Amino acid sequence: MLELKNIWKTFNTGTVNEKIALKGVDLTLNDGDFVTVIGGNGAGKSTLMNAVAGVWPVDQGSISIDGTDVTSLPEHKRAQYIGRVFQDPMMGTASTMQIDENLALAMRRGAGRTLRQGITKREREEYREMLKILDLGLEERMTSKVGLLSGGQRQALTLLMATLKKPRLLLLDEHTAALDPKTAAKVLETTETIVQRDKLTTLMITHNMRDAIAHGDRLIMMYEGRIAIDVAGEEKKKLTVEGLLEMFSKVSGSTEADDKLLLS
Amino acid sequence: MMSFIGALPGAISQGLIWGIMAIGVYITYKILDVADLTVDGSFCTGGATFVVLFGAGVNLWVALLAAFLAGMLAGLVTGLLHTACGIPAILAGILTQLGLWSINLAIMGMKANVAINVIDQSNLERLLVSLRFVQGVAKGTYPVWRHPIFVVGLFTLVIIALLYWFFGTELGASLRATGANPNMARAQGINTNVNTVLGLMLSNGLVALSGALLSQYQSFADSSMGKGAIVIGLAAVIIGEVLFGKIFRNFALKLLAVSFGAIIYYIVIQAVVSLSGIDTNYLKLISASIVAVFLALPYWKGKYFRGQVKASAVGADARMEVEIGGKKDA
Repeated sequence: MLELKNIWKTFNTGTVNEKIALKGVDLTLNDGDFVTVIGGNGAGKSTLMNAVAGVWPVDQGSISIDGTDVTSLPEHKRAQYIGRVFQDPMMGTASTMQIDENLALAMRRGAGRTLRQGITKREREEYREMLKILDLGLEERMTSKVGLLSGGQRQALTLLMATLKKPRLLLLDEHTAALDPKTAAKVLETTETIVQRDKLTTLMITHNMRDAIAHGDRLIMMYEGRIAIDVAGEEKKKLTVEGLLEMFSKVSGSTEADDKLLLS
Repeated sequence: MMSFIGALPGAISQGLIWGIMAIGVYITYKILDVADLTVDGSFCTGGATFVVLFGAGVNLWVALLAAFLAGMLAGLVTGLLHTACGIPAILAGILTQLGLWSINLAIMGMKANVAINVIDQSNLERLLVSLRFVQGVAKGTYPVWRHPIFVVGLFTLVIIALLYWFFGTELGASLRATGANPNMARAQGINTNVNTVLGLMLSNGLVALSGALLSQYQSFADSSMGKGAIVIGLAAVIIGEVLFGKIFRNFALKLLAVSFGAIIYYIVIQAVVSLSGIDTNYLKLISASIVAVFLALPYWKGKYFRGQVKASAVGADARMEVEIGGKKDA
């Protein structure tokens, strides 16, 4: 499904701030995999996700989705395969546009933008039904500007937009990190519902080890620009926070990162 | 006072014409979130193109269309400088504007101004708008419907209707998304670079069309006619927003507010000139000051009334959270 081969990315090349963010990452996702990604600050989690999304070109390596090489495709062209939810709730929606208009934009992901009507009556009815899955009452506020919504509501809406047109790959970049615990749990619950319903191949970064263990069928931990731990199947099911920390200290050769990982 | 009232129809006509330019500015400044300074050059490009073609006997509508296309071309250059060459939008606009100075002179055959011969009655009859029609209607030698207020007003309504339709289409909506949140737009598969260029072209096309109408109205094009156009455009956008923002929510009405903003601007300027007898050379200083104050107002508001604003924002957030919580419990 998704295949990353030997991905390298360096930021600020040739300056004092030079940072090698990805050091030859190899990763293959099978159809329907729900992979959670954890790792400390600067481990390369978000960089990995941005490399897949095509926010900037990678220095080396190749990325293919469904057998199509997308390495040289710009971000907006890769969007036909990928649904994304960002960490910042402001980033995934257009605040000056209405809820239904945002959904209509997402519905046309991967299609050309023509001079046909931007949103039809029939679509609005569809969106009303789809919004009900969020259980936030947004179906009654379809013409409200998204800027009036709370962070949690916007994030839930972004999630719906990312999955409205079934993506080949769903990228969730710490999409609950900026929310209060109650709202975060709610958005995560909705995520689980949608991913299970549509059997979406999903890559979810989280800062919360418990969430990473509780969700998905495979877990990878990044450390210093590489994938340090990769567990799936039965092993993943039996995983505990303590077990994960132990594995991590073996890989990193120290225990001092534990607190950082837990607290970050 | 009498001279002010006598000058009102002319001021309103001019305001309406500049209002079309201001609608162009609105597209870049408000919808695309780009400050485009190409305007000062492309306004004259439109005027020069129109006058030269019209003078050569070309059909009025063809000449207007040519002016519109010339403006779009100027927008294309700024757009490509910005997106394909990575030059910041403001600088890209300034570069195009500077280059247009020479191009505008070249269009006018290296003369600083070119006139339409309106002494020739047959030439005058071919025009859509003219200062002479303002006087003619007042004297009763022309029917009321030839009055520029009526003709340009209708023109403006048609443009607003077309823009209202366009920004409601898939393409138009993607353009709005590009301005509102480029990150989101790209994530939804929208080519933000193409859209930015497209927006700049559309905007400058309208600006040039406005320039063509003004040169018709005053019966000449002048190489410096667009000087400060961006400031007038911003003034119109801001005045329209301040005065009508609370009541005009619909997109078409917002565009109408911009046109009203331009009219009010010209009435105020006319009032200042007629009532105070100030040297008209000071007008640009007055314009710049007015726009500076209006641009600063939101900033001052945020800076000195932050406490109140914050409190109400927190209140709104709290309400939302309650809403989410309530739904969850239910």
